Amino acid sequence: MLLENMWAEDPEPKVREQYAEALADFKKRGLIVHELPIQQECLKLVTDPRKGKNMFVLGMLCRIYNRDADKAKEEIAKIFRKKSDKVININHDLFDAGYGFALDNIGYQFSITTAPEDRLESALVMNGNTAAGLGVMAAGIELVSMYPITPATSASHYLADDFPLTGGFVHQAEDEIAAIGFAIGASYAGKTACTITSGPGIALKTEMIGLAVMAEIPLVIINVQRGGPATGLPTKVEQGDLLACIFGAPGDAPKVVLAASTISECFHFVILARKLAESFRTPVLILTDANLATGVQAIERPEATDEWFAPPVDQSKWDENVLPYDWDEKTGLSERPIPGMRGGEYILTGLAHNRNSKIAYDTKSNQEGMDMRSRKLAALAATLKPPEVHGDPEGDLLIVGWGSTIGAIEEAVDLARDAGNKVSSVHLRFLSPMEPGLKTATRLTHHCPVARTGATHSSRTCCGRTRSWILTAGPRSRATRCHPPPSAGSLTKPSNR
Amino acid sequence: MFGLKGDWSLDVKERYFTLEDYCGAEPRWCTGCGDHGILAAVHRVCRDAQLKPEKTVAVSGIGCSSRLPHYMNTYGFHGLHGRALPVACGVKSRRPDLDVWVATGDGDCFSIGAAHWIHAMRYNMDLTLLVFDNGIYGLTKKQTSPTTPLDVPTNTHPSGALLPPLNPLTVTLGITNISFVAQIVDWNAQLRHEVIRMAHAHKGTSFVRIIQRCPVYVESIGKALQDEPARMQLLTHEKGVQVDDSVKRQFPNQAEHDPSDIHAARQLAEDESVLPLGILYHNPDAPRYDLMSSVGLEMTAEEKLAGLNEALDHFAI
Repeated sequence: MLLENMWAEDPEPKVREQYAEALADFKKRGLIVHELPIQQECLKLVTDPRKGKNMFVLGMLCRIYNRDADKAKEEIAKIFRKKSDKVININHDLFDAGYGFALDNIGYQFSITTAPEDRLESALVMNGNTAAGLGVMAAGIELVSMYPITPATSASHYLADDFPLTGGFVHQAEDEIAAIGFAIGASYAGKTACTITSGPGIALKTEMIGLAVMAEIPLVIINVQRGGPATGLPTKVEQGDLLACIFGAPGDAPKVVLAASTISECFHFVILARKLAESFRTPVLILTDANLATGVQAIERPEATDEWFAPPVDQSKWDENVLPYDWDEKTGLSERPIPGMRGGEYILTGLAHNRNSKIAYDTKSNQEGMDMRSRKLAALAATLKPPEVHGDPEGDLLIVGWGSTIGAIEEAVDLARDAGNKVSSVHLRFLSPMEPGLKTATRLTHHCPVARTGATHSSRTCCGRTRSWILTAGPRSRATRCHPPPSAGSLTKPSNR
Repeated sequence: MFGLKGDWSLDVKERYFTLEDYCGAEPRWCTGCGDHGILAAVHRVCRDAQLKPEKTVAVSGIGCSSRLPHYMNTYGFHGLHGRALPVACGVKSRRPDLDVWVATGDGDCFSIGAAHWIHAMRYNMDLTLLVFDNGIYGLTKKQTSPTTPLDVPTNTHPSGALLPPLNPLTVTLGITNISFVAQIVDWNAQLRHEVIRMAHAHKGTSFVRIIQRCPVYVESIGKALQDEPARMQLLTHEKGVQVDDSVKRQFPNQAEHDPSDIHAARQLAEDESVLPLGILYHNPDAPRYDLMSSVGLEMTAEEKLAGLNEALDHFAI
């Protein structure tokens, strides 16, 4: 263990005491501790080592791990390229000092070779927000309408640079509501658009999301989650928008909610979401989070194809005998007339409406509309495969997760299994409608906690609540929920198994 | 043969649209409501311009005004309260081929949708924006709106509106990059039609504030103006709206105003003792955001695929 020793001589006796305690503790655990004067060494070069100490340590590590110092220095110069040469030089000096210090004072080195089979054939390196931006382009989406919000904005920064390559445009709206309204306008006009935001933005967009559900307007919404509520933790990771995204609208507003768990999925799920949005005539939310947004990974280069793109806007003649909401009884699906289609003229409304898009407050029309919008989710659920179980399907513990927690969960499961425990996990991608088979999966195990990032000081409550949601929402989302429509009682009072 | 000359050519349009082609459902506005006249003018302007119904989109928010799309036989979008403009701008952003109309009211536009009003004016996309300003919330039954005159009693302020009304003209004329600002009263048919026609013909966001009678809740507002025509001032100019002499005679108070003069327009708007009617401001050359947002529309799938691969290349190692 390499340990900064500045606290050994701290003027505060309590700090010195804690340092000694920690040191003794490390040694007791059998660690070889090297106490290093990092602060002192840095002071030789800079007046405030808090700025730049990391570069000194990077230099040390580069020597210890036997990495190419020139390459590291190139990267440093790249990172500070927008600053002055002075800044680059001082960082290089600190790096060199660290490298030299390790050379003179640390008598061992590690060599880590990358196994050739681990290398991707043709890799791309990017973070999740860039991947989502590329996904937008790959989906053939032409418009991203956004309002700046951390940690989502960098996706739009990226698109502002590269979107013209596929003929797209980033609209920075006057507020979150206008951002989704603008996207809805383009979508209504046949160009399914995307809006990218984070939790507080979702809160503001909620009424518009309800409109897109009610009037069946395809739309892709990417929610790069941060900590909440309110302004909360703009730069931190939390998976706290789950319920707000699935249920957070006035009335019963069933919509599709996906959760990307890897950077590669941040890319591919946008393509999927656009297709789902258009086929099911619904808004589709993609949940990512600050972890995915900023985490940089190498991913396999996707084989781009024009099949991902949205087809050109259909401007053929509309069969006047077909109503604008010609719902299929079984699936709730219908084709939509797009402005420009002769004979398809209709007035879209957020009010309750009948198949002819005429305002209708009568019980029968409202019930039918409700059923049809709900049935679309049931139809989608019927096409989903059960999630793969990581580990054995039977055992003592099944961990259910979604989103960026996949790495932590699967690693923990592997470690626990190596230690002889009967632990498995499943990771969900479809949160609404829920992937099928969870009921069976959970029945085969004794315990089933849900792992997500959220409510920190009360993990017990968090898990308990989430578990009850998982177990009740699963069956609800399937066909039994709405086809045939269940009695009111079974919808309003989920069982608390 | 049969007396027809060989060089005669009959100019028969493939499709000719009559007023009926633009009429949707039977309007359900109250009797005597000014909205009926505005709707008639919109139908006429559509007919005169021979707009293809399938290429025309009427977007609205919520309120009495916002029922308008239902009475059109075109495409329509009756969305959320205050949010007509973002939706209309979104429609226009990637579909410049569509003719977009926006129907909104004093509550919808000047209150809940105020942010969008300011910014949509600045975007200056090619939209015809009609604000039905009756000075009251009608659909929700007589609450104070931003333009309710001082002391007019409402259900939310029974002893009269507490604050002086917002002046939509000074606000609009203060926004950067505006291109068309006009004001009319719903009950003067020729002025109404001519201004809406000019608004529609203008390429850019044309803002038309229509003083509109609500005989049910605030009859006094319209009546005061009708009883005292000198409180209105007809703006005349060769670049402004042209009306017949018979119409001019209805306005004892007239002023020559060059619509390209924004300073003069602002002065007219600030003088609240008279209501200027006609074109206050017109600038056909203001930058248009719809021309900017519609870039890349002509790209083929092949070009897009090449572009996508180029974008992916940026991240290759």
